[in-house]
Amino acid sequence: MSAPFVPIPPRPAPRGSQGWMAWMRQQLFGSPVDSAITVLLLAALMMFLPQFLDWAWLQAVFARNADQCQAARGLGACWGVVGEKYRLIIFGRYPFDEQWRPLVATLVMLAMLVISCIRYCWSKHLITAWVLTLLVFFGLMSGSVLGISLGLTPVASDQWGGLPLTLMLATLSIVMAFPLAILIALGRRSPMPAIRTLCITFVELVRGVPLISVLFMASFMFPLLMPSGTNPDVLLRVIVGITLFAAAYLAEIVRGGLQAIPQGQYEAAATLGLSYWQTQIRVILPQALAHVVPGIMNNFIAIFKDTSLVSIVSLYELSGSMKLAIEGDANWRPFKIEAYLFITLIYFVFCFAMSRYSLWVERQLARGHAR
Amino acid sequence: MKLNWRSQTGRARLYQVLAVGLVALLVGWLVNNTLVNMEARGIQSGFDFLFQSAGFFIGESPIPYDSDNPYWMAFLVGLLNTVRVAVVGIVLCTLLGTLIGIGRVSNNALARGLCTAYTEAFRNVPVLLQLLMWYILMVEWMPDPETPAHLGEWVYFSKMGLQLAIPTLTDQAPFLAWSLPKWVEGEWQGGLTLTPEFFATTLGLTLYTAAFVAEVVRGGIQSVSRGQREAAMSLSLSTWQTTRLVILPQAMRVIVPPLTNQYLNLTKNSSLAVAIGYPDLVNIATTSLNQTGRAVECIAVIMAVYLFLSLLTSAIMNAYNRKVAIQER
Repeated sequence: MSAPFVPIPPRPAPRGSQGWMAWMRQQLFGSPVDSAITVLLLAALMMFLPQFLDWAWLQAVFARNADQCQAARGLGACWGVVGEKYRLIIFGRYPFDEQWRPLVATLVMLAMLVISCIRYCWSKHLITAWVLTLLVFFGLMSGSVLGISLGLTPVASDQWGGLPLTLMLATLSIVMAFPLAILIALGRRSPMPAIRTLCITFVELVRGVPLISVLFMASFMFPLLMPSGTNPDVLLRVIVGITLFAAAYLAEIVRGGLQAIPQGQYEAAATLGLSYWQTQIRVILPQALAHVVPGIMNNFIAIFKDTSLVSIVSLYELSGSMKLAIEGDANWRPFKIEAYLFITLIYFVFCFAMSRYSLWVERQLARGHAR
Repeated sequence: MKLNWRSQTGRARLYQVLAVGLVALLVGWLVNNTLVNMEARGIQSGFDFLFQSAGFFIGESPIPYDSDNPYWMAFLVGLLNTVRVAVVGIVLCTLLGTLIGIGRVSNNALARGLCTAYTEAFRNVPVLLQLLMWYILMVEWMPDPETPAHLGEWVYFSKMGLQLAIPTLTDQAPFLAWSLPKWVEGEWQGGLTLTPEFFATTLGLTLYTAAFVAEVVRGGIQSVSRGQREAAMSLSLSTWQTTRLVILPQAMRVIVPPLTNQYLNLTKNSSLAVAIGYPDLVNIATTSLNQTGRAVECIAVIMAVYLFLSLLTSAIMNAYNRKVAIQER
């Protein structure tokens, strides 16, 4: 009769490999060089962090009082400038009494952006919802939809500004650039030499020049390019400029994805008797786009950041309206940096959220490949 | 030639003729509109204005320039200023970006955390805002030039920018002397002056692009599989030897193409210097545009120059890429 097998309980790990002491020994003081780096970095932090905290918090003025801010100038930050000017910064020159309209429009747009990011909602209805959202957005902002007045005070588009304008520029350019980019990318890989040359020329020309020159072109040259008498809205011209610019970059990213699709996929589709467009839409593009999600998201983030450039061609989106708000008021003009940090934070929140979302999508798509 | 609908080549030919025809029509329509508009508004055209006197002053110039010089000289000054910022920025952002990229994969948790915080903070904020903020910090927060921060008599730092001592040739033995900057009656004399505009532009572009370069470098290092490092260790190579002989040559293949893109971005982003008044090419061209009204020509010059710079940079980097690319039989 044999005794049942009883395993010996495992011995606890050596005490030296557990707890925060071990973590520090491993992660901060692993080798003499590591220790030296840690000490150096800590010293640098000790030097700058207290100074920064002192300025940004301990000595800072939070009251909306320009005199107090003047007194603390150079010692502490003046966050009062944000409290005083936030409506002008966020909504720009939009008539003060009507600012509930851009607020609602922005919230609707944001809600729609969030909804489009949720996998559960990915369906064809999303397109209808987007068309409705854009109608609501423009209706609220301008006071009329497709020429029909909504009974609101009409507000011309040159008075739009701030965050709603930034969001609108970014969203519209992205939405319009994406299909264009897919067409260009397909054209660049087409076996037809004339179409390929046209696409290559467009992409290389646009990618070779800075966005600011495209915007200058949109604001100075566009009126010359159109038939005399028509003068398209400056907002429209800028959107066209950003869209063309973004499409060239996106096209290169999509092309990268197309190149990753093995020839066998095309051959299999041809065997099934699918036409060119059926092959592209049902077989190639779904795989190709999934490959380049990180690139596409990075491009979206870049477009969002690039909308700040339209302030140079005098449109008052977030950074333009901030400048307008601060530079127009001599009392608060010395506290520009604080206002800059405020909109920096807004941009950061949006871009950081987008980059985290892109990581999540990447993991979702990688699930198909994980075994 | 008879068009055959059933043949793929026949259809392809038709599509191409249609596409080229449409584009030609569009371009023709735009050009026609432009010509009509220019005639209607009495705008003169042509590049002859390049030889007229520019009549505006440029704040800083690497070559002698005054306002009597022709427009082409002004454009040249702008081009040199752009190239100056781009070259300095590319060198600095490569150094800083490499350092931070290595820091992101370091064993040291503190270094890793700080480098991650750096990349996230600088990548997610528009570069235009960063440039403007550095410029404001520079001209409003730095010490007055009467009481500059300084390192001995060699380096001075103030609202007026950075002043450095530079070696100069003299006609007396030992033929080389240091030219030291001095604050004399409201201006700096001697030495090398980096204006606040140049300083802010270069600093802003460097810090912004370094965050992207760091990501590129991190991606390159992480693309080399662990086994390579372990194999190097089992051959008893030192850490430095492992990095230099095994990891870097393989990482470089992955790093160089996206690094080229970052260099191109930096060069193109240097056009944002117009927002803080640094006299780069875009700044000069817009001033000329406002003075002469020749929008088409000035914008054409901007685009042509940037196109040339982009092609030049990618040609150089492609040559380098061929050197580091995998050598197959």
